[in-house]
Amino acid sequence: MSLEIEKQVKLLEDQLKQLQGAQAKDQISIIVFSGDLDKVLAAMIIATGARAMDMEVKMFFTFWGTTMLRDKNKSPKGKDFMSKMFGFMLPKGSTKLKLSKLNMGGMGTEMLKGLMQKKNVASLEDLITIAAELEVEICICQMSMDLMGFKKEEMIDYPNLKYVGVGTYLADAGESRVQLFI
Amino acid sequence: MTTEELKSLKSDKVVDARGTACPGPLLAAKKAAADVQPGQIMEILSSDEGTKSDIPRWCTKMNYEYFGSIDEDGIYRLFLKK
Repeated sequence: MSLEIEKQVKLLEDQLKQLQGAQAKDQISIIVFSGDLDKVLAAMIIATGARAMDMEVKMFFTFWGTTMLRDKNKSPKGKDFMSKMFGFMLPKGSTKLKLSKLNMGGMGTEMLKGLMQKKNVASLEDLITIAAELEVEICICQMSMDLMGFKKEEMIDYPNLKYVGVGTYLADAGESRVQLFI
Repeated sequence: MTTEELKSLKSDKVVDARGTACPGPLLAAKKAAADVQPGQIMEILSSDEGTKSDIPRWCTKMNYEYFGSIDEDGIYRLFLKK
């Protein structure tokens, strides 16, 4: 009789261990696909807010999102024609991003930035600095970099910047309790 | 806690996050909490209404005890114990 119970307890213990291992981490994964100022602002506010709540944050920048991470002061040489064209046509860094709506030729974007300053809302650049201090992890989609001809040398100096593939995103996201696509 | 009880609390640390907007108050609270000993009382001042709903949830997350808030002319005083 007690042997039966022992076996059942062992089985339950094993199952419990399995379940605990499969539980989602206190972590949020954010894909930043968009390169619009309003959307990346939302992404960065959520990211820093999540760190304030002691959640781990992993951001995956892809397609237009990668433009936010370009350094406006860096211009690497050795790009082919297509890459130069992309580089020229796409915004060079966070300060050059535009609103997704009401950009109005750039006027809307400037108005919003002015409003943000007046109301003491942190700018995108401030949020990126805060994110770095708070150890928000940023990964950049290598494929997007290749497609748009961006080089690693032209990206901003963000601590522990990684260049990854979709497998990394999926593995990280699979462990996160919250996944967002911005 | 009632307003009188809250007003009579002696805060060990006051975090002035007035004038900052989301996620400012949360970040200021997190930073200040590092200097607060368990059992001490922290008071957060904010002019942002969102903070009233953020901080109680933050307390639940961090396992702090949330006491309540007082509205004083658009300034919110939130009290918690670490």
